[in-house]
Amino acid sequence: MTDKKSVKSTESSQVQRETEQRRALRPPVDIYEEAEAITIRADLPGVSRDRLEVHVDGDNLTIEGEAAIDMPEEMEALYADVNVTRYRRSFTLSKELEAEKISAEMKNGELTLRLPKRAEVQPRKIAISAG
Amino acid sequence: MFGYWTGFDRDIFDQFERLRRELDGTFGERGGPLGIRSVAAGTYPAINVGASSRQVDVYVFAAGVAPGSLDISMQQNLLTVSGERSTAIPEGAQAYRRERFEGSFKRVVTLPDDVDPDKVDAAYRDGVLHVTVQRKEELQPRRIEVK
Repeated sequence: MTDKKSVKSTESSQVQRETEQRRALRPPVDIYEEAEAITIRADLPGVSRDRLEVHVDGDNLTIEGEAAIDMPEEMEALYADVNVTRYRRSFTLSKELEAEKISAEMKNGELTLRLPKRAEVQPRKIAISAG
Repeated sequence: MFGYWTGFDRDIFDQFERLRRELDGTFGERGGPLGIRSVAAGTYPAINVGASSRQVDVYVFAAGVAPGSLDISMQQNLLTVSGERSTAIPEGAQAYRRERFEGSFKRVVTLPDDVDPDKVDAAYRDGVLHVTVQRKEELQPRRIEVK
């Protein structure tokens, strides 16, 4: 009886999780590369630092955030462009990036992720000796 | 705190979602009339408007804007929000994606008729501009006592 109950609750929470995953917004990003690093900038309005999660799983980088918005309790929606409070987007990393050294900065709802390249793959200028 | 938010915003955002579906279904997709000031989906910044009996709340999802560059004005029940944002990348960098909005923007929202244009508050936090407009006192529901 108890077992059955717990199975049921896992199922429903799984369904709930899947529904929530479907309902995540895909934040717009800018991505650019420089000699030492690749930078990702994403718009995550409403997401504070403690509601942001950046995780690396193998070569998969995922940005996830939850927007926290103050709303009076008896509020009724009159108009809405945004109807989901969760953001999610994933990227595949390439091998020359150092996942352990990724740094993140959050300012005014704008996330900046810096993905440094390994020292050995940074471009080196090759001197041409006059022959 | 987390539980509070999840329960709370699912509620209100379900309402928003329902509203959006209704608007899309009723007006958007069937080619009927659109709100005169409505904008195409994905326009920056996105705006939500919610009303309660005492006030109207406007949320402008404008990430990455310097708060000083935001300009808010009210004319009767028309709220105008304008600003500018730059998404410049370092010179010489190789860009792969430029999806984010760049430049100046202006959005106009029609609020309910009973808002008080003199009682407007605005705060910018985490990329969301929250404008609160009080509704006029005399129009608020009053309880009438039966003698």
